[in-house]
Amino acid sequence: MKRPDPAWHFAAVGLLALAALAGAALVHAEEIAEEHAAARQEWPFAGLGGQYDRAQLQRGFQVFQQVCTACHGLKRVRFRNLAEPGGPEFPEAAVKELATTWPYQISGVLDDEGNPIERLPGLADPIIGPYKNDKQARAAQNGALPPDLSLIVKARNLESHAPWYSHWLWMLVDVARGYQEGGANYVYALLTGYADQPPAFKQAAAGRLVEVSGTEVGDKTGIERCATVSPGEDGKPDTCNKLQDGMYYNVGFPGHQLAMPPPLSPDSVIEYQPDAGSKASFEQNARDITAFLAWASDPNLDARKRLGWQVLFYLVITTLLVYLVKRRIWSRLKH
Amino acid sequence: MALHESTYQPKSRFAKWMDERLPIGRLMHTQFIDFPTPRNLNYLWTFGGILTFFLMAQIVTGIVLAMHYQASADDAFDSIEKIRRDVNFGWLLRNLHAVGASMFFLAAYIHIFRGLYYGSYKTPREVLWIIGVLIFVVMMATAFMGYSLPWGQMSFWAVTVITNLFSSLDSVIKGLGTTIVEWLWGGYAVSGVTLNRFYSLHYVLPFVIAGLVGLHLWALHLVGQNSPTGLDIKMKSDAVPMHPFATSKDAFGMSIFLLLFAWFSFYLPDYLGHADNYIPANPLVTPPHIVPEWYFLPYYAILRAIPSKLFGVIAMFSSIGVLLFVPWLDRSRVRSAKYRPAFKWFFWLFVFTCLALGYLGSKPPEGAYVLWARIFTAYYFAFFLVVMPLAGLLERPRKLPGSITEAVLGGDAAQRAPNAV
Repeated sequence: MKRPDPAWHFAAVGLLALAALAGAALVHAEEIAEEHAAARQEWPFAGLGGQYDRAQLQRGFQVFQQVCTACHGLKRVRFRNLAEPGGPEFPEAAVKELATTWPYQISGVLDDEGNPIERLPGLADPIIGPYKNDKQARAAQNGALPPDLSLIVKARNLESHAPWYSHWLWMLVDVARGYQEGGANYVYALLTGYADQPPAFKQAAAGRLVEVSGTEVGDKTGIERCATVSPGEDGKPDTCNKLQDGMYYNVGFPGHQLAMPPPLSPDSVIEYQPDAGSKASFEQNARDITAFLAWASDPNLDARKRLGWQVLFYLVITTLLVYLVKRRIWSRLKH
Repeated sequence: MALHESTYQPKSRFAKWMDERLPIGRLMHTQFIDFPTPRNLNYLWTFGGILTFFLMAQIVTGIVLAMHYQASADDAFDSIEKIRRDVNFGWLLRNLHAVGASMFFLAAYIHIFRGLYYGSYKTPREVLWIIGVLIFVVMMATAFMGYSLPWGQMSFWAVTVITNLFSSLDSVIKGLGTTIVEWLWGGYAVSGVTLNRFYSLHYVLPFVIAGLVGLHLWALHLVGQNSPTGLDIKMKSDAVPMHPFATSKDAFGMSIFLLLFAWFSFYLPDYLGHADNYIPANPLVTPPHIVPEWYFLPYYAILRAIPSKLFGVIAMFSSIGVLLFVPWLDRSRVRSAKYRPAFKWFFWLFVFTCLALGYLGSKPPEGAYVLWARIFTAYYFAFFLVVMPLAGLLERPRKLPGSITEAVLGGDAAQRAPNAV
């Protein structure tokens, strides 16, 4: 007589758990897909085959030059990079012209007598911003520091909020699709995330703060504007975090309070040349500057993805050949 | 080994001359061509070769990166950016090295789980297993120090958090922890001095690993490989020569793994890292969530599951230290989990536990995450300290085949097959 194997109990429990997990993941899939659709933009450089769009990088540079350079530098990118393959690919003469008419000068150089002087940038120099150092920047910006933008897209990410039971599934989907655009999505969400004022909340039972809709706001009593609400723990009332002086409300920024005034606005769109490849709009401005900054963060993306396919092609063929050799060798014996 | 006779015949005059002076050709031929490997090895046995490849690949890409890297608090971050932007194919070298570390760990974890499943640590392979655990420990130290080198925000704060763990020893002997931490840092805070010593050690430790790998292979080639049945080679028909059998299988397994390596290196080079490490290190700004690299997440979850700092640190180090005792904790007479009906399920629950701890390590230590981290930590240790000793005594193993040949060909055929090849 065969004794019932205790392993079957584990097997049954395991299978049930797995089935429940898969079910829950599927139910939730639509919700996450919606979250992704709202947060994840379509980029020409996205995914496995994506490459930068020259015209877009050129438009993005225009936005950078007209708007961002007022406060930010791009010190890890050199003027010559703007003419190199895989980037905006401006003609070299135009870049030379650009460098020598750049509004900010290179400091820290010495003249023949050893006196510190300033000089105009050349092709090999970094694209610098208005401030000589962080201290000067903070002094000019009310204590806030406008960061260098060379790595801003790589240094930010938009995290997915999938729960534990479907987290692994989305991870696999992202790996299969080659999803690396979290930073670009973050920057776009931030540039388009400004709102006139924070949402209105009113007191509800047990100290909870509840968001109220536009029509109710007319009734002024007990209405507060909160950038964020910190939920009160252990029965304590919620705290309303009001927008501080000199800060701007932005839903794309963690904490929703940002020192940077809205750099782009639907009211003053950066106009493009007729042959720039796209019509100017607020969203298009945001999209183009984000693409340009993505290139600044990762200037070798085009070459990387092209070489990637060559390497994978080579490896697939090799793997196939190695498999045939292996099969032939092992066909000599049963194993 | 009795079954293992060398067929080495030096052919050229030079080979004959060498064979009488330094028989390195004979050694290589005997150990890597004639060496008898069980005929029933599955693809999980290709990970030893894959790991050897990654050790060599990391050393080669690392040496070239070191030619361009500046180990100083002021220049480290900028020099990595110069490698990415200005060095010819620097972006490729850096991606291969960073992704290579992750692939190295992925392969090591599969290799360790394989050893646990098939009982590869059981007699006479105790020393082989212990050397493997030592390799793993040195590998973790190397990876940890390597992660500090870009000197980004996560680099800096990971070093700060992990080195600070030793300060918990202050509660054992007053001042001991602080002394150790200051000794590790080379000062009173994490600084460029710390970076320099980590760089020095990061360069030298891979060669220590290479030496340990030599011992690992020596121990392996003395006792021979374990097999999916858990049986040793008993007769000629159980084994095939390493070349071309095991080598061709290894080559295929490695090609598949290289596809994964290339996929991440070319399409997801930053997927396994953290965005904050593209922000230069700033001792004045703490990132909102400090998380280690993915391969350290389970240990990080164990550390944070314990309310006391000292015992958290002890638990974290014990979670690896316990591996050293596995050969004696497991009381089963049967090696392979294939023939252990109860242990098999405890094993898969253990794999799930490690994955779950990895997930929990990436989450903030609050609410339900802490509770689950405690439950899984408890099972992590219970697997080694309770399941391993008891399962062997309580379960009734399935009937083992008489030999590897019998497992492959069936009982009768084994009689008719004196030789595999």
